[in-house]
Amino acid sequence: MPNAAADGHLDHDVDPHADPHLLARLRCVPWSTLAAVSAGGVLGALARYGLTSAFPYGPGEFPWPVFGINASGCLAIGVLMVLVTEVRRAHPLVRPFLGVGVLGGFTTFSTYVVDIQQAVEDGAPAMALGYLAGTLAAALVAVYTGVRLTRLLSRPRAGNRP
Amino acid sequence: MTVLLVALGAALGAPLRYLTDRAVQAQHDSVFPWGTFTVNVIGSALLGFLAALPAGSGMMAFAGTGLCGALSTYSTFGYETMRLAEEGARFSAVANAAASITAGLGAAYCGMVIAAAVTG
Repeated sequence: MPNAAADGHLDHDVDPHADPHLLARLRCVPWSTLAAVSAGGVLGALARYGLTSAFPYGPGEFPWPVFGINASGCLAIGVLMVLVTEVRRAHPLVRPFLGVGVLGGFTTFSTYVVDIQQAVEDGAPAMALGYLAGTLAAALVAVYTGVRLTRLLSRPRAGNRP
Repeated sequence: MTVLLVALGAALGAPLRYLTDRAVQAQHDSVFPWGTFTVNVIGSALLGFLAALPAGSGMMAFAGTGLCGALSTYSTFGYETMRLAEEGARFSAVANAAASITAGLGAAYCGMVIAAAVTG
């Protein structure tokens, strides 16, 4: 039965380089990754929804809740990316769940952009410009701080390894 | 009920961002984060459209807060921009920030114009 392994069973004794289609199939996104991204996205979006419901802002007001969400999400991704790529080997689903899912679902670019536009329409162009630049600056400083602080705090332990 | 609609929208939006990012990035052999740029522009256009309709509260929770919110991302945008700057690709970093915000604003405006045209 030489064809038994070919009908859908991806045995590890099959050389994937022999068949480009098989290689492409192996590169397909696993359902577990999509499920982790989706579940994380739900948690992140619900946290964002909870915060914006608890601290509502009206037309023409500085969107502090979304500002805080995007800045803190950027700080967290800086910490997370150093942890999973430089400090320790993480489970393959940690980055899809926490990084792509939770933080991606928590932070939002679309609300940021539409709030800027509506602030201009509501006659607050200076606030809109301040929010535009302020969020960008805070986000970049937050990522940088998260990355540098995590590297700094994890360095002594990494240095002690034999 | 609103919470469930937000959750449902995000359950679709987040994996949609992941798949779009992979598909777009696979087409470009460059350091520029085209994948994140694409999802942020699409999310901005859709939210601009919904905001101008105006959509009902249920629709806004599902498609606006849930789907567009989870489809677009600021954390990955911020991280990728910082990484470009850190790796010496300063021009790409500035271009990414400027292009993402400009294109996002333009896309949201287009969404609003389309909504105005549809509703009359």
